[in-house]
Amino acid sequence: MAGLPATARARRSPAAIAAAAPANSQVGRRAADRSFLALCLGITSLTVVILAVLLITIWNDGHGRLSWDFLTNFASRKPAEAGVKASLWGSIWVCTICALSALPIGVGTAIYLEEFSRRSRLTSFIKLNIANLAGVPSIVYGILGLTAFARLFGMASADDPITLGNPESFFYLQLPFGHGVLAGGLTLMLVVLPIIIVSSQEALRSVPRSLRTGSLALGATQWQTTWNITLPASIPMIMTGAILAMSRAIGEAAPVLVLGVPLFIRSTPTNLMSDFTVLPLQIFNWAGRPQAEFHELAAAAIIVLLAVLLTFNAIAVVLRHRLQRAAG
Amino acid sequence: MNAGPSATMTTPANTTSPNEIHLRKPDFQSAAPAPNGAPDEVAIRADKFDGWYGEFHALKGISLEIPKCRVTAFIGPSGCGKSTFLRWMNRMNDSIVGARASGTLTLDGEDLLSRTRDVVELRRNVGMVFQKPNPFPKSIYDNVAFGPRLHRSFRSSDLDELVENSLRAAALWDEVKDRLKSSALGLSGGQQQRLCIARAIAVGPEVLLMDEPCSALDPRSTASIEQLIRELEAQYTIVIVTHNMQQAARVSDRTAFFFEGSLIECGDTDEIFTNPRNKRTEDYVSGRFG
Repeated sequence: MAGLPATARARRSPAAIAAAAPANSQVGRRAADRSFLALCLGITSLTVVILAVLLITIWNDGHGRLSWDFLTNFASRKPAEAGVKASLWGSIWVCTICALSALPIGVGTAIYLEEFSRRSRLTSFIKLNIANLAGVPSIVYGILGLTAFARLFGMASADDPITLGNPESFFYLQLPFGHGVLAGGLTLMLVVLPIIIVSSQEALRSVPRSLRTGSLALGATQWQTTWNITLPASIPMIMTGAILAMSRAIGEAAPVLVLGVPLFIRSTPTNLMSDFTVLPLQIFNWAGRPQAEFHELAAAAIIVLLAVLLTFNAIAVVLRHRLQRAAG
Repeated sequence: MNAGPSATMTTPANTTSPNEIHLRKPDFQSAAPAPNGAPDEVAIRADKFDGWYGEFHALKGISLEIPKCRVTAFIGPSGCGKSTFLRWMNRMNDSIVGARASGTLTLDGEDLLSRTRDVVELRRNVGMVFQKPNPFPKSIYDNVAFGPRLHRSFRSSDLDELVENSLRAAALWDEVKDRLKSSALGLSGGQQQRLCIARAIAVGPEVLLMDEPCSALDPRSTASIEQLIRELEAQYTIVIVTHNMQQAARVSDRTAFFFEGSLIECGDTDEIFTNPRNKRTEDYVSGRFG
């Protein structure tokens, strides 16, 4: 058979060739299908079970310590009097500064990369590196924040800082920033910036090209198209990305630790240069103590942190839903 | 080409019912006079125009004239370059990487291709309607008002009047006048396409380019848009790209047949469909290939 040229052999139709080949086992295929489904279900249940065990353990340990006093007391050596007031407010201040600084810079960068830049090696290089930055461990950002913000690259001396304004009021600036809320917020901004840029890029890309061409065909400039058409249409997805980013920021302990914040604080921030602490650090502090009461306090603080996260997410989901409906 | 009154191409609305689809027979009893009686001026002129996408030579030596206030149809099989040529007329190809052109392409005597040309003003003057209706996710009012607001600042009463007149010109006013603030995405396909036409008209263009405007629509919407095109012809120069030869026959005054990037034949619609000079044109319009 092999010696004959191809034209001499009669050509078999695909159906004939298929009929001649041995069939795969039907039973085997169905069994494989079912066991794969079972495997997936098992893995999913495992994940849910782990999460449930975690939440139930935390609730058991901590709910006894939850009270209004817990939220309004400062930290204390006596477990009965300890509370999360300082760390809760510190977290709120720092995350607000982080959001206010990261969102304009992140969304602006995404707009430039997606709408305005021409395809070139340089732009691809930039995009690739930003995506990589999202995976950098947050402690690296902590060191960067320490150098850049807390110490301002050594440009001003920490022993003899340049001050502007009254330390008692809100309008007070000190150079270098030291370990105040501004430095903390800006350091967290570095952590979340790559996430916001990447998710905003995805959001802008999801807007159909036909809308942009329709706008350009009416005589709009690129900026008018972006501002009036593309950006409003991508706000829901940008918000989702911002939520994810802030959820990460609120739980970061390492970068704030590296900044050199004091672990024991009994005041809430009053201006941008104030000392602060954050909830994850307070939890770390209490969990590291030998006494069991402090472990319960740590669990209670974790519940508070999760509650803040859930509230934040819920607000953002509602806002996104509203914006999606308004956009039609 | 001398267009006397006996060869007037405008088909009045009552000779073709929406359900009948047939090639227009030559009608030497002209049913209506020429739209505005003016001699044919040229709106857009192309002279040995070549277009490339990177290395691909998409348009080869196109030379034709688009007369003012008439409907010109571009016909031809898929991939022959008619949409590409249309997009060059309002420089929409600028956003495509690697697109370039050479030769002459002028609008009212002014060069369209020069780099110093204000593309934004050009696009206001030469509007485009796309194959798939693309209303913005805004209200009907904001869709129509979007274009004018880009170029000028209006008092709200003037803008209301502008929106109403544009919607009336697009034969959509009666259907939407009670719900101008509702989302444009809630309209049917045919209504959305008429909204896109109203949007294009609102900025006050001279020329309307239509890239297969009815191909995504049902026959009834198609008929209403063809009716609309015949009404708009009096004020706007219209160029329509279409796959549907019967549509070209129903709607246009002049037809240009493209094939594989070249212009094979261009002339009055009646001549192209009943007595084409080129063999390939005849094969295409009689459906021997396509």
